[in-house]
Order: sequence, then structure tokens, then C-alpha cells
Amino acid sequence: MADIYHEIPPRFQVEIDREKCRLCERCTVNCTYDVHSFQGERIVTRSENCVACQRCATMCPQGAISILPGKISFAPHYTYSERIRRIIYEQASTGGVMLAGSGTDLPYRVIFDDLLLDAAQVTNPSIDPLRETVETVTYLGRKPDRMFVTEGDGKLTVSRGADYPNVQLSTPIVVGHMSLGSISYNACVAILRAAKEVGTMVGTGEGGLHPDFYEYADVINSEVASGRFGIEPRYLKEIAALEIKIGQGAKPGHGGHLPGEKVDALISETRMIPKGTDALSPYPHHDIYSIEDLAQLIGALKEASRYRVPVGVKIAAVHNSAPIASGIARAGADFITLDGLRGGTGAAPRIIRDHAGIPVELAVAAVDRRLREEGIRHLVSIVAGGSIRYAADLVKVLALGADAAMVGQSVLIAMGCRACQMCHLGNCSWGIATQRPDLTRRLDVDIAAQRLANVFHAWTEELREILGALGIDSVESLVGNRDRLRYVGPNPKVAEVLGVKHAGEPWSD
Amino acid sequence: MVEVKEKVEAEVRAEAEPYVVEISALDERGEPKPYKALNEEVHRAAAAGCDVIRLRDVHGQRFLAAGMEGRVRLEVYGTPGNDLGIFMDGPTIEVFGSAQDQTGNTMNNGKIVVHGNAWDVTAFAARGGKIFVRGDGGYRIGIHMKEFRRHRPVVVYGGCVREFFGEYMAGGLLVALGLDGRGNAATHNAGREVVGPGLATGIHGGVIYLRGDVPDHYLGVGAVKRGLDERDRKTLEPVLREFGEYFDVPLELIWEKPFTKVVPASSRPYGAYYCGKLI
Repeated sequence: MADIYHEIPPRFQVEIDREKCRLCERCTVNCTYDVHSFQGERIVTRSENCVACQRCATMCPQGAISILPGKISFAPHYTYSERIRRIIYEQASTGGVMLAGSGTDLPYRVIFDDLLLDAAQVTNPSIDPLRETVETVTYLGRKPDRMFVTEGDGKLTVSRGADYPNVQLSTPIVVGHMSLGSISYNACVAILRAAKEVGTMVGTGEGGLHPDFYEYADVINSEVASGRFGIEPRYLKEIAALEIKIGQGAKPGHGGHLPGEKVDALISETRMIPKGTDALSPYPHHDIYSIEDLAQLIGALKEASRYRVPVGVKIAAVHNSAPIASGIARAGADFITLDGLRGGTGAAPRIIRDHAGIPVELAVAAVDRRLREEGIRHLVSIVAGGSIRYAADLVKVLALGADAAMVGQSVLIAMGCRACQMCHLGNCSWGIATQRPDLTRRLDVDIAAQRLANVFHAWTEELREILGALGIDSVESLVGNRDRLRYVGPNPKVAEVLGVKHAGEPWSD
Repeated sequence: MVEVKEKVEAEVRAEAEPYVVEISALDERGEPKPYKALNEEVHRAAAAGCDVIRLRDVHGQRFLAAGMEGRVRLEVYGTPGNDLGIFMDGPTIEVFGSAQDQTGNTMNNGKIVVHGNAWDVTAFAARGGKIFVRGDGGYRIGIHMKEFRRHRPVVVYGGCVREFFGEYMAGGLLVALGLDGRGNAATHNAGREVVGPGLATGIHGGVIYLRGDVPDHYLGVGAVKRGLDERDRKTLEPVLREFGEYFDVPLELIWEKPFTKVVPASSRPYGAYYCGKLI
């Protein structure tokens, strides 16, 4: 078969300023996509291999490397866009199913950007978060059905009925499920260390937990997915929370195929499968074909963990999310994670990543409203993820009804990811989405952990700032508080589904 | 002093006879206890260091021995509910009756012996341990079993099983003998099929042995049939002997009929399935 690389114009043009270049060859060492090589007296570039990960340009001591848009234009065509033509070319060469990493890059409207926050003026004073307490502590898990107030000895005593296990988070941000396998050992350690410092929770992903990571057990949310990899007693008993993964925003309805070449000694030990074998996570859980079956697995996990930790269920945001979430709450889950259309992945079929699911903004609003209408909102906490990019999205998703936001891509970007979306190739030049030992050591754990902790601290401070401006003194009072949001987008139906008024409409008519 | 005394007593007990605790699955009104209460009693008994926990009048209580570790032995009289021994890591369970669905679900280690039938989704995603069932099984048995290092799950059904046996199988050993599964001395299969269609779809590890032949069109995608060689016999021999000892089935009777072996065509079923380097 012909070499497809030579048939298609490159996406990027890599140029070296020959005046500046001192032939140190650092670019040839750093590039993991075979762009730079030293031939004779000069560095030769193969632009057709470039993915714009920026590693070479960043590491070049002379600043001699430029990465530009491809120089050969595709004739403009709205319908058969360059992207679509490239997909057809590749499939014509390979006959394969297109795989992609990261989250969808298609220009689906980000509804967060169509929402504006309120601010306190005159009738409801704002709060100075630097002087006054603005509480960001959040609890995930079932809340009591009612409070009991008894009178005696001239005092009122308040008590709760049953107590349910909750996870305490110092800030309403949790790290989503990125397994050892999808990201490197060093990336995992950096995330765990940052989460421990900040006081939040980290998902394990469908991959089990490496023995070294148990020292962070009190911030770990163990995932139980359809492949059931790495599940051993301590994975269920020594951790902070358990989560059944039904779906993922980047690939709703899909399972997972970790190819055998990525199952090295480290992955083998974590997933508990022999080296070199494909790790297949089936599309459904084969013991869950109904809400009743789901209730059974939730019950089994609670039994196995002796009712010590909350058990959650993660679903992709899809058309029927609200009724499904109602079923999940009634099945005994303690928290529900909604992962939206723009959520990330280490690898997923492109057709699913780009075309299946709905934006998390709509799903979280619909689920929160449905559970409130049914009087069962207190049974579960809602965690929402799938492109929570920065603190503004965090605030807005809380106001739409989430108790906490789940982040993934922003975490990786904080550690150095350039979002080139080539995670599925396993050659991440930044040492994040790779298992190659020569690459994973590029990620300095101390620096990455500190950078991530910085981001979490910054978001938490920004959250406090906004809460203060809103005149709200705790995150819990923001959750589902849609009256503090206004819609400025083009589609009134969106505002209706969100339960948010249009900008210009006052609190009450 | 008290501690030392208790320790000495425990040692004496261990040498003398097993420390047996009997628990009824019925409450004082004769109603079945909720599973949570029953399991709590089982865990308490195990924590007290007993060797054998004998459960009487079990009425479908779920999740018995869920996530239990250690060497304790459970004897179950009656009918345990779904997910018997789920996530279990070590104990032995003997059921004097039939088990329901999802027996040994995601089991890590231990042993489950069922003197009746054990129906759907037995040993789902099990990584280790052994399950012996005298009688028949339902659908989706041994799905996605796997193995790792010393862990290698073994599941033997004396009777017949239905569709999707060993689907997605990634490791371990699955056996169905197609004997009369009604619990008497096993006799020859009276016209019943040992296994149903959709056999081992997506299998990429492990091995299945079926007593008798299987029509080719029963094989799922990725599964191939093979004959048995000497090594297979060596693998099967101790497993069948153990099965025979539990249920009084003579080995000669089992070997009377030739076996069929089902294995994966490849350990990399998705090797050339994907592309995606250009955009």
C-alpha cells in the first residue's frame, strides 16, 4: 500500500531558522513523531509527521523552530472540509476505524460561554471573601431524608436520622478517571500528590490501582468498569469512594480497547493481566442490563466495602440522562457523575468522540431538575464533567445543579499538555499520555504536582471571589441556583432546558 | 493475661476441632433476614475467628461473603441469592442446594462448590479461584474471566450450559461436561446439548473444554475448535478429579466421551482494527 503520508499535504509546516540553529540536535532527541533528524550537516524536517505538540520548539535553546499552519492549502469547500477529506484519505489507505484522543475539537457551541453570572447590588450585599468566611467545603454522598427536632430541658436538639458515608472535599473540584495506561506513572503520582495537598479526590480509571498508589488511598475514587481490571479487596476497602463506570463522555456506549503493545510490566501489574495481551473493557457491564441489575452491583460494592464509603455511578450525558439518573438514584447510588459530550479520553473511535452524547450543561440542568421534581435530589450528589475548562465553567456548572465539577483535560494542560490530541498514539512528547520509559521521565513529578495544586488553589480563590460577588457564603447555596445565571445565547430553547432566564429578565416578575 | 488466655484457647480449639458457628437466615418470626443483617452476622463470626460458618434456611439473601478474605469456610443450606461470593478473596463456600445468578462475580480467589445448579453469569470477570457446579448453568457463564500470575480461575459445570459461554474470555479454564445434572450419580447426557450458540465470542485468552462435540456454527467470532493433546489431558486431570471427589462422579465415566477444546484464534482481536495518525 502506498505511503499515505506523501499523498496528503501536511497539517503543519515546521521551519528552522538556519541562522539561529547551532545543530545541537536537541530537537531530534525531543521529537517523538519523527519530524527532526540530523543528516549530514543540517537538521532535516518532515513536516508531514508534525502534530504541533510544540516540544521541539520549546526545547530549542536558540528559539529557532517555528510551527506554522500547513503551506499547501486545500481548496475551500464548506461541505467537504479539510478535516473530512483527511479522514477519507486515511480510511482509503487503511480501511480502519478512526481513533482519536483527547475530547472532541468540533465547534459545538460551549453553552457555558452563553451564560452570565449575577452579582449582588444594593438589596443583597456582596461579601468580601478575604475578610469573611466563604465556605468551599463540599460533601459527596447521600444526605439525610429529614432532621428531627426535639424539645427538652428548655433546649431544642437537632438530630439526623440515618447517617450515610460522605466524602469531604475542600473544594468542589474532583479529578476525573484517567487510568495508569491512558496517562503515565509520573502523571498519576503528580495528580495524586496535588489532590492530597488540596484535599480533593482522584478517579483511578478502568485500570486498577498500582501498588505504589495506595499511600494516597484516602483521596482515591476506585472505578469499577466493565472490564473489572485490577479489582482486589483493598481496591474496594481502603479508598475514599467507589464508582461504577457505565459511560464516558468521550465515548458513550463504548467500552475500551487497550492494545497489547501498551500492556507492559507496569500496566500488567496494575490491571492484573499478562503482559502483551489486549485489555478489553466490554461495551456494557455483562452483569448490568437494567436498573435492577445496577442496584445489585451498587449493593454488592456497599457490602464489600462494609458501607464505609459512598458508591457512585458515572454515565455519559446522553438524551435520556434525566430518567436514567432518576433510576440510578433510586438504585441506591450515593453520587452520580455526568460526563458531557466534550469530555476527554486516552483513545476512542473518532465517530463516537465527535458525534455521540450531549453537552454537560444541558445534562446537569436536566438531571438536577428531574431529581428535585421527584423529591430525591438529596439521595445523590451530582458531579459534572466534560470540558470544565477553568473556574468560570466550574461556577456555572454548580449553578446549573452540580455539587462538584470533574476535571481532566485542564489537569493535563496544567502539567504541560499542549492538547495536540494524539494521546491514542502513546508517544506523548511531554511524558503524560505515554508509557514509554524514555518519555515518562520527561515529566518532573514535583513540578507537575505543584503546578496542578496551583491551578486548584487559584480556581478555589476565584470561586470564592465569585461567591462573594454573588453575596453567597457557601458553595452549597450556589448549587442549582439557576436564578443567578442568565442566558445570552441565540437559542431560547436552550435557556428553557437549562431552566435559566434570558438576560434582562429580573429575579421575579 | 486475658489476651494470652484467649490465644491459648484459640490454639487449643484449632488443634481439637473446627470452631463452627451456626447462623439461621430466618429471624425469630420465621421471616428471611434482610441480606445486610445476615451478612453482618457472617462478617462478625469471621472476625471472631471461627473456621466454619454454617448458614441454615438461606432464602435468596444476596451478596453472601461479598469481598470476604481469609480462610473461613461457609456452608450454605437453602438457596443463596445473586452475587454469592462477589469480590471474594480466599474463603470456601459449599452450597447444599442451588445458587442463583452471578455466583463468584469478579472473584479474586477462593472456592465455591454448588451441589445443584448455578444459573446465569457465573464467574463473571473472575481472576482466580475455583467454582464447581454439579448441575446445569444458564447464560453468559465465565464471561471475561482473566488470569494473572498465580491466579487462574477454574470453572467446572457437571451439566449443560446455555448461550454465550466464555464470551470475551481473557484467561482461565472453563469446563462443561454435559452430564445429567440432576444431582444423582451423573449419567450420560440424555440428548441435551452441552453448550449453546454464541460460544466464546471475542475470546482472546484462556481455554474451554467441552465434553462431546460442538457444531461449528455455535462458535462465536474469534473462537476456534481444537482437539485435545497430552498437555490438555494433564491440565484437565486434576480439575476433573477434584470435581469427581466433590460429587462422586468416577473419572472413567467423564473420560468415556471425547472432549472438544475451544481457544482464541488470536490474543489481539483488535490488532488491525484502528487507524488515526493523520488528523
